[in-house]
Amino acid sequence: MYAVFVLLPFLMSVHYSFFSWNGIGPMTWVGLKNYMTVLEVPDLLETIINAFRLVVFFSFIPVGLGLVVASIIHRVATGKLGAVSRTVLFLPYIIPLVAAGIIWGWLLALPGLINQILNSVGLGVLTRAWLGDFDWALPAVGIIGIWVLLGFCTVLLLTGISKLDPALYESARIDGANWLTEFLSITVPLLRYELIVCFTVTVINALATFDIVYVATAGGPGNSTAVPGIEIYILAFTEQRIGLASALAVMLMILVLVIVLPIQRIGRETN
Amino acid sequence: MKVGRGELLTGRVLLLLLMTITILPFISIFTTALHPSGTVPNGLEWPSNPQWGNFIEAFNVANMTTLLASSIFIVIAVVPVSLIISTMAAFAIGLLRIPGSRMLLVLFVFGLTLPFGGIIVPLYYLERAIGIYNTRFAIVLPLIGLYMPFAVFWMRAHFVNMPTEMSEAARVDGATTWDLFWGIHLPLARAPIASLGILMSVWTWNQFLLALVLVEDPSQRTMAGALGAFQGHYATNVPLLSAGTLLILIPTLVIFLLFQRQIIAALLQGSVKG
Repeated sequence: MYAVFVLLPFLMSVHYSFFSWNGIGPMTWVGLKNYMTVLEVPDLLETIINAFRLVVFFSFIPVGLGLVVASIIHRVATGKLGAVSRTVLFLPYIIPLVAAGIIWGWLLALPGLINQILNSVGLGVLTRAWLGDFDWALPAVGIIGIWVLLGFCTVLLLTGISKLDPALYESARIDGANWLTEFLSITVPLLRYELIVCFTVTVINALATFDIVYVATAGGPGNSTAVPGIEIYILAFTEQRIGLASALAVMLMILVLVIVLPIQRIGRETN
Repeated sequence: MKVGRGELLTGRVLLLLLMTITILPFISIFTTALHPSGTVPNGLEWPSNPQWGNFIEAFNVANMTTLLASSIFIVIAVVPVSLIISTMAAFAIGLLRIPGSRMLLVLFVFGLTLPFGGIIVPLYYLERAIGIYNTRFAIVLPLIGLYMPFAVFWMRAHFVNMPTEMSEAARVDGATTWDLFWGIHLPLARAPIASLGILMSVWTWNQFLLALVLVEDPSQRTMAGALGAFQGHYATNVPLLSAGTLLILIPTLVIFLLFQRQIIAALLQGSVKG
């Protein structure tokens, strides 16, 4: 099963990527030309750059913020509040990403909640159709990613923190450590393993993202939120440029491997 | 642990604020769903005349009964089969250490990070060629394959930690490999199998890309895939779209609230091991 539906398609992807093919007619061998095209055409290269921009939102912010939130929960909300907050924060992670895209598509629309809030606090000048704005669409998609992934990171890091020896914190506090020193000198270094897991999951999510973008912006306006997943879909299924789509697909798979494996290696060494 | 009163207060207020921000999107689409169909309400505004009928209309136009049946069919077709195959494979690799185990593992590691988008194009042509395109099996079969790397790693992590003495003792008593698997190791593996089952069910339910590309007919798709089609049709009718989205979310939310402990635990372990 794995061989037929995963390995075979992978090899077919590689194979297609060396040809020019519209899906029906004859295939023409073009060698590495498709790969060159991806690197040369600004719109295609842009999708890869966009994927990296999304890493900031999908990965860095949720992991960083998640760490802060987890340590807050650990310090001030050990009882019922902590349990409730775990459930609530985790909620966005289990709903289908498509639903997240639709919900936020509405929140970020011109009459949506975000603009309503801005208006009510007197920032009406800032209101806009966020997902239709060339400069703001990508950060807006990023916000959706933060909403989805923050709870996951928080809860994962929180389980890590609860496993740490409370005596460490006790003695730090006897030495007069405040929240910040405690955070920097105990929590962060001892959570390296959980942090790496968070980074791995969120980076893969960012680079391979498809659902949210497809529903919220479909890559637009213009090309401003196009990511590799979307571009593969468009190239293959609306423009019938199978070879080019496959070249981009192969590059995406290699990219993910090249970025995730070193992160994992650091994880293994620190273990 | 002693924490200052001021800090306690600020911390809790921050936390409550964050929870509100997390929940607010759900509330916004809930109030929106109650506005008259076809109007464009404000983001958060209780309607003067709540239209509960929107949910019924969305239920009918989205064909919810068919959809639920389709999603459940897909989950039932994917999860048990994946569990059986992956458990046996992991047993062979982790405990029996059949020749070639290392090679197999390396192949699977590669599959762990594979974005679905990377193989979607050939999958499409492959399925057209073998004639399962636009049926539920177009989603079922690739998903079973795509889950294998993770599932095998997950179960292997369990089997590798089993003491070998146990198997050896059973062997001395004359147990065959099959007895060993069926009588001893399978019952002991119940907990990881259950978590894996939960994980794969959630993933299947939420699967979008495969449904979008490989199945044209929305009534043969997963919940998430059907939601995509629903959005395509009703993108301009915001109240109805909101009602439909909420309806599609309800099964997920109910199951999450009932089994939240198991689901959170499974998802966390899943990412740690994977």
